[in-house]
Amino acid sequence: MTRALAISRDLEAFVRRDATGTGRLELLVTGARCAACIGKIERAVSDLPGVAGVRLNLTTGKLAVDLKAASVEPDQVVQAVEALGYRASLFDPTEATAAQDREGRELAVALGVAGFGAGNVMMFTVPAWAGLFGQELNASTLTVMYWMAAIVATPCALFAGRPFFRSAWASLRRGKANMDVPISIGVLLTLIVSFSETLLNGRHAYFDAAVTLLFLLLIGRYLDHRLRASARSAAHDLLVLQAPVAMRVHNGVEQGVPVAQVQVGDQLAVAPGQRAPVDGYVDSGVSEIDNALISGETALVAVGPGARIHAGALNLTGRLVMTAAARSEDSTLAAIARLMEAGAQSRSAYVRLADKAAALYVPIVHAAAALTFLVGWAIGLGPREALLRAAAVLIVTCPCALGLAVPAVQIAASARLFRKGVLVKSGAALERLAEVDHVVFDKTGVLTEGLPRLVDAPAHLVALAAPLARASRHPLARAMAREAGVGLVAQACVETAGQGVEGLIDGRRARLGRAAFVGVSPGDERETELWFGFDGDTKIRFVFEDKSRAGAAQAIADLRAQGLEVEVLSGDLPGPVSRIAAELGISAWRAGLTPFEKAEAIDALKARGRKVLMVGDGLNDAAALARAHASMAPGAAVDAAQNAADLVFTGEALDAVPTAIGVARSARGRALQNFTFSALYNLVAAPAAMFGLINPFIAALAMSGSSMVVLLNALRPGWRR
Amino acid sequence: MNIILFLAPFSVGLGALGLVAFLWTMRVGQYDDPKGDAARVLYDHLDDGPPSDN
Repeated sequence: MTRALAISRDLEAFVRRDATGTGRLELLVTGARCAACIGKIERAVSDLPGVAGVRLNLTTGKLAVDLKAASVEPDQVVQAVEALGYRASLFDPTEATAAQDREGRELAVALGVAGFGAGNVMMFTVPAWAGLFGQELNASTLTVMYWMAAIVATPCALFAGRPFFRSAWASLRRGKANMDVPISIGVLLTLIVSFSETLLNGRHAYFDAAVTLLFLLLIGRYLDHRLRASARSAAHDLLVLQAPVAMRVHNGVEQGVPVAQVQVGDQLAVAPGQRAPVDGYVDSGVSEIDNALISGETALVAVGPGARIHAGALNLTGRLVMTAAARSEDSTLAAIARLMEAGAQSRSAYVRLADKAAALYVPIVHAAAALTFLVGWAIGLGPREALLRAAAVLIVTCPCALGLAVPAVQIAASARLFRKGVLVKSGAALERLAEVDHVVFDKTGVLTEGLPRLVDAPAHLVALAAPLARASRHPLARAMAREAGVGLVAQACVETAGQGVEGLIDGRRARLGRAAFVGVSPGDERETELWFGFDGDTKIRFVFEDKSRAGAAQAIADLRAQGLEVEVLSGDLPGPVSRIAAELGISAWRAGLTPFEKAEAIDALKARGRKVLMVGDGLNDAAALARAHASMAPGAAVDAAQNAADLVFTGEALDAVPTAIGVARSARGRALQNFTFSALYNLVAAPAAMFGLINPFIAALAMSGSSMVVLLNALRPGWRR
Repeated sequence: MNIILFLAPFSVGLGALGLVAFLWTMRVGQYDDPKGDAARVLYDHLDDGPPSDN
């Protein structure tokens, strides 16, 4: 699409080749959604000579292409995909293999094994329970049943428990106790006590409890993982967005090189429609660039020789040759990526609700179990009975209700938000969102639509200029053409990059473009404007403005009603920002902020003890999004912003923000209800176990019963908003 | 009673068969691209069964 000027680029660096010369190439394809897309893309690529195999993964958006020998240029693959109207970026071969979901795979396998164990152990424990109530099951048959249960349950529990054991061990070595410590101790102690009881022909063995406990907990763990899986690699995708190819000009020849290899002083060509790969200065060429992603500015900037360009700026109209002033890792984009990483680190220090509960729960339960053992022994129960009771305490005070309490609620809440067009990327995000007391909005693309619209233009004047506007691909001219509708197109049009378009309307020469191009002295450059005039006639000025999103004012009012403070931080000029702020009734706003100042403003709010929700869409917001307590991005936002944000709302309306906060608060309320229930349950169950009133049947009932109550509370209707 | 000694391992074996089947579907990547598989089944020329190269 934008590659009309592109010369075949040498992208050999992106192919992974083996000894025989066959290679593999991976591309990230965006825009493919259906079966027809798969068919089109795979056919187009496999029709290229030298392509041995091609497969598009619709879930991850990755296109894997197998190449025969050295006969095909990677660039042809990119062009073939882009010719179909999809965006394709090449994956660095070192990055491509790294992104495998190993943790999810391990949890799924553990869940399968635990499910198998929990289901099959019941065959032997159900008859054993019958034996407990004096049915015709003599002591030796009971022991046989327990042995068979042990054969099924023990390997399953040891295998399925590995994620818990590992996490518990890591936490203990750091001198802390997370939720996995009581789980691991409980499971292991249960298995040991059950074995010794079976050996001694005892009546109580808890093999089923050990593996069922793990099964229930793994459900919670897997749900939690699925929620987080989408939010993996913010910084990684930012690098893919960065268009890994730069066109280096050397002795008049253009050659594609990975951006990472660009050196300071290299000459680089940037075709219209492409983004500047690194920071630099324009050598030759005239064009207009769109900095909206970098700074949030809506006005397009005219650039010529000597002008400074930031990495990520979109070149709109003319071909530019620039000199690199920084390497990729020193460029603006990379600096933003580093800020995002720092933000992600500060976030990982956030202590989740479940871990806070564990910090309370672990010492109490362990003290109770130890006390049961010591007191039981002291009052003459004997070590065997005392240990059995202590194990029963650990089993019935089982943390499975606690382990499910939060993930179940969060899955239900995210499913609810999903139906309202809001994607939640992690459970922790919902918890943080519920605590928010201050909302910071970006202006361009969030409070506004991010599209220029003509303001206060009489229809007959628009109709006059429309024939020229229809002939141009410039964003402002297109906005004007949209306003005018279908109609005549001017004749003999010549577009001057970065200046405007000239042509014949009914035989009269006319120009549409910048003030100087049309022949008036430049006025207020702060407004987004376009001038139009026939040769030697009066000149007409058209002003463009970014309109506020539908329902924005209502959403702001709702946020206030929820007790939140609202503020606007924008990279745009003060004029447009103050206009929008006044329109929406927001008194606190700041304009002209760089991405770094935005991040600092968030840090300053944090230092004052505020819990900030950042809502933004541009690259310039990515750092602020990553540093805020919680963050949201609209679906139209750049990938990097979507990756940095905790929640992404796909609808047009801004009321997704108050809705999400309402649901997050409800979810927090329900999680706390579940904890309260678990505490009450333990208050009854623990003393019962201490006094020896628990047998394996009651333990199994209590365990699944408490888990069911917690699950049902998560699923019951009646969410706020 | 002796029948149990035969039936119990047999039924555990059936369960294990299910578990092995699940592990096999994981290994051959049947959960790698749920969206794509849902779409591919609609067209004969795209429906190439589970991928075998990983």
